[in-house]
Amino acid sequence: MKLLKSILFASALSVAAGPVLADEMTIVSWGGAYSKSQLKAYHEPYSAKTGVTIINDDSSAEAVAKLRAMNEAGNVTWDVVDVVAADAMRLCDEGLAMEIDHDSQLASAPDGTPASKDFGDLIVAECFIPQIVYSTTFGYRTDMVGANPPDDICDVFDLKAYPGKRSLEKRPINNMEWALLCDGVAKGDVYNVLGTAAGQDRALAKLDTIKDSVIWWNAGADTPQLLADGEIVMGSTYNGRLFSAIVEQKQPVGMLWDAQVFDLDGWIIPAGLSAERKKRALDYVKFATDTQRLADQAKYISYGPARASSAPLVGKHADLGIDMAPHMPTDPNNAKNTFLYNYAFWADYRDDIDAKWQAWLAK
Amino acid sequence: MSIQTSNQPLLAADGRPLKQSLSRALRRQKLRALALVAPLLVFVMLTFVLPICNMLFRSVENDIVSNIMPYTVNALESWTAEPDTLPDEAIFKAAFYDLSVAAKAKEHTKLGTRLNYEQTGISSTFRKSGRALSKSGKALAKEFDALDPRWNKAETFFELFTTDEADRQASDQNILDRQLFRLNQLKGQAYDPLPNFELAREKTAALPLTAREYGYWALFTSLEKNKDFTKGKVTEALYVALTDDLQNPQNKAYIDRLTGPSAELVKTAAAYFETQPNLNYAKLMKDVNKNWAEPVVWETIKLHSSRYTNGYFLNAVDMRKTADGPAVQPESKQILLILFQRTVKMSLIITVSCILLGYPVAWLLANLPMRTSNLLMILVLLPFWTSLLVRTSAWKVMLQQQGVINEVLVWLGLVATDNRLEIINNQFGTIIAMTHILLPFMILPMYSVMQTIPASYVRAAKSLGATNWTAFWRVYFPQSVPGIGAGSILVFILAIGYYITPEIVGGTEGVFISNRIAYHISSSLNWGLAAALGAILLTVVLVLYWAYDKIVGIDNVKLG
Repeated sequence: MKLLKSILFASALSVAAGPVLADEMTIVSWGGAYSKSQLKAYHEPYSAKTGVTIINDDSSAEAVAKLRAMNEAGNVTWDVVDVVAADAMRLCDEGLAMEIDHDSQLASAPDGTPASKDFGDLIVAECFIPQIVYSTTFGYRTDMVGANPPDDICDVFDLKAYPGKRSLEKRPINNMEWALLCDGVAKGDVYNVLGTAAGQDRALAKLDTIKDSVIWWNAGADTPQLLADGEIVMGSTYNGRLFSAIVEQKQPVGMLWDAQVFDLDGWIIPAGLSAERKKRALDYVKFATDTQRLADQAKYISYGPARASSAPLVGKHADLGIDMAPHMPTDPNNAKNTFLYNYAFWADYRDDIDAKWQAWLAK
Repeated sequence: MSIQTSNQPLLAADGRPLKQSLSRALRRQKLRALALVAPLLVFVMLTFVLPICNMLFRSVENDIVSNIMPYTVNALESWTAEPDTLPDEAIFKAAFYDLSVAAKAKEHTKLGTRLNYEQTGISSTFRKSGRALSKSGKALAKEFDALDPRWNKAETFFELFTTDEADRQASDQNILDRQLFRLNQLKGQAYDPLPNFELAREKTAALPLTAREYGYWALFTSLEKNKDFTKGKVTEALYVALTDDLQNPQNKAYIDRLTGPSAELVKTAAAYFETQPNLNYAKLMKDVNKNWAEPVVWETIKLHSSRYTNGYFLNAVDMRKTADGPAVQPESKQILLILFQRTVKMSLIITVSCILLGYPVAWLLANLPMRTSNLLMILVLLPFWTSLLVRTSAWKVMLQQQGVINEVLVWLGLVATDNRLEIINNQFGTIIAMTHILLPFMILPMYSVMQTIPASYVRAAKSLGATNWTAFWRVYFPQSVPGIGAGSILVFILAIGYYITPEIVGGTEGVFISNRIAYHISSSLNWGLAAALGAILLTVVLVLYWAYDKIVGIDNVKLG
């Protein structure tokens, strides 16, 4: 017991003494297959090149709150953090992430196009370094939908044609948009309508029609599991999760790409790093977001690289050898009808609509 | 003692009064005892009590508005919000400088986020304003540059305001002190004043607004940015302030009196800007963002400008702060009181079902022969050695519609396959899973109390003619009540703060208030509201504990 205590004490001391050991950096990401794809495409080549040891921390889901707490405590232990664009925007707003000059601090495309042009509109916040485009879309059980598989987003709201449970994410974002689309609102008007109290009620009223048949999910892995168990007939989740259920696990699941919502994921560098750590973090990010590296990641997971110049380089799956391009959310066949997450709208309306959403859920 | 009648105090062997000597010995004993527990006490204070107090304090803390917009808050004090009336020019002016400064310090978006909790849309007003604020300053900077390229340099401003070495008395330290305070409030720092940096009084009198903003900018650049403020360019807002000063008739006499190398520069500029249209801050702010022409934005700032607020607590009970006092939230946003009630109700149900299920088990444990009861004990303890997440997820597998229980029922023909039971993702699922998870906390205290009840009591009761039931109810049960009490308190308090299990198996009807607290901590970042909810939850627990003490008596509780 005494020994244990002294070990604990010693480790506590070493934690207090600071995490900065020579050539070690902590990179925060989402875990699972996604972290694995980053490990293969970015971390391993980077470590081989520079000798820096990379420590993974799967805390991206709580990144904003944890960074805020670290910042208040004056001890930021993370070097690079993988977050969705909406969180990057919040971190930037809160002054918790460092502003990036994309052109001077990131690699240009092989043909010399500066990074800001190569990423284009995907740079949605000054602190955000885009990495992938993913989408939230629907998967359905091929054996439970009969001869007419769903091909329209409004099939989600059609309990007659597709009886059974569906799973939706337990938050208003995306669900409200889909509901309005299927309630007859034109795509271009969705956010105008959703900005009004009447429009919010309208979206909730539409969702009311299927509320009793919905299982609400919190984690991206829920829907693939529910599909595999046959608990639901269709459900929304991230396209990469469905890809792995269909292609890697060979589940009887099909993709419904209609009205998929594009979202972005990328890196931020926390504010308040020491000069040395900042330099290393920037060096890593420059390496990991160059054209080739972004294309490499697509070998391991079906998320689209954020650089325009990476798209032609996307090849085959590293283990299965299948062509990755048709599984990308950005593939022309899949992207016939798409939505782009409206960051500005949700930054403003999130608190308000979420309160209504929660009250509606509890009813 | 009572037989002592003389007035002389009783003396100890060393001649001191006995009372004194005794209290001294006792004090020494207490100190020694305190020294023994001191490490633990300090540990608990530092890692438990302090963080909780710190977190709870956030439920009333609201200094962000007055720290980031000090001049605006001050100017808004005398303004009363009336429908469709905008604030006057002085308030727009104050806001312009507050926001310019906040935008450079990257603090304006924090305030936008804070106020967006109260008024939807403010966050983008602040974010967009941050980018647009420097435009007007840039345009004016060009005009100054056209007048004289020297205006382009920070050096010029430095010479314009600082005193000569020879003329130290006439410095205006007052301005710099205030601006240092402004900077420290804004960034939450405690910077010391800059040595050897003073503003000359005759110059601050001629250009008071510019002096104020220059003083701030110099401190900010030097202390916060660690840059030389005498080199390069000055911030854009300074050109707006300078224009304002040069156009202000009150400054004219002082400007005319200016002497020194930069005096001519200022006088030429003053002559030029006299002919230009006057600055209009209201228009300037509207150009920055049209939302500044909405009275509701100003009302929101004014309403939430106090350093301490009851707003979070009002929000926590489905009310909100308005200009006319607290008001009830619209029905479409009422949720938290429902969740509080549900949390207490379901925790009580879970506690009662733990008692009902746990009592027989505890009785068996206490009364079976050692070998069998040990085996039973292992079964009770086994869940303790399994991760909470695993146990909760296991319930998912058991309870879902294609799960074990439904499959068995369908196989037995008790339910139709298209009419399977819904026993998860609702309150029922939460109750089942939590009862299972918390059951050991009920059984163990009950067991330890029951073990101490001599079996002879029940035998004696029976031999005196009691039936089995009477012997149990009148003799055994009353002695086991302290165990029930201890178990109930444990289970109830654990249940009321449970979070992960309701999240996984609770669906929409089975979630607790703690799920909302978690949401506000990690997703919405509204820590003030989360703290208020937590404070209420803590109070509920303490009140229930107090009530329990009054009714049952905490001394009757035995944990072993």
